Amino acid sequence: MQFESFAGVDILLAMTPVAERRWNWLLWAGFLLSVLAFFSYFFFFVQFPLTRNFPWVNLLLFAFAAGFLAVGIRRAFRRSELYRGKALGPILAGLTVLIFGAFAFLMFIVARQLPSSAGAPRAGAKAPDFTLMDTGSKPVSLTELLTAPVHGAAPKGVMLVFYRGYW
Amino acid sequence: MGEFEARGIRVAAISVDPPEASRDLCSKRGYTYTFLSDPKAEVIRRYDLLDAKAGEQNLARPAEFLLDSSGTVRWVNLTENYWVRATPEEMLQATTLMR
Repeated sequence: MQFESFAGVDILLAMTPVAERRWNWLLWAGFLLSVLAFFSYFFFFVQFPLTRNFPWVNLLLFAFAAGFLAVGIRRAFRRSELYRGKALGPILAGLTVLIFGAFAFLMFIVARQLPSSAGAPRAGAKAPDFTLMDTGSKPVSLTELLTAPVHGAAPKGVMLVFYRGYW
Repeated sequence: MGEFEARGIRVAAISVDPPEASRDLCSKRGYTYTFLSDPKAEVIRRYDLLDAKAGEQNLARPAEFLLDSSGTVRWVNLTENYWVRATPEEMLQATTLMR
């Protein structure tokens, strides 16, 4: 038994000395993995259609993070004489839940907040003409896009790709 | 993207980016197709692609249109999820409609 003097009162701390309890690395591994699961989508996996269209790699990373945290917390409570983390475990687990919640919210709710574009031209409709500046600040019309030769022949068609912009 | 031109399809990308920003993007990533600048989102509005929820900036929602040589729309992709786009393979597949 270990006793410590605190304000003149002896307080029982634990049955075994604190110093001998091990660092519960699984808790940190789980938490850091969830941070990685969040950011790796936007900085890496978004580049590949296979991992962008559905974020399965990131969800898998979150699952591993949850597993690490579960094992870490379990041993912090069940074998508290050996492992630390009774306070830290639930805190890191709570943060991980928040990170996962933010990720799911961004991926599955915010991402679907797109306009219905009911007035966009449908298949069979004539595409509205326009004139816009190209990268050389030269005006280019849709008619020019449809008629200027591609590889020396009249183009068979034009693929218009609207995107958000990169700045 | 060279595959589109090989099939006689011109690719034109439209955004609110100013021409200089698109030029930087092209030189950085080696894009060779046409980039058009719609800073006031006039054409984006005409095509009903304005994403009003994108905040104060007038941005386009992602969308792809394949037009035939008469300017008639032959294929449209209006994604329902911002992260899900038509892949180059899907777009190339769509160009087979033109034959």
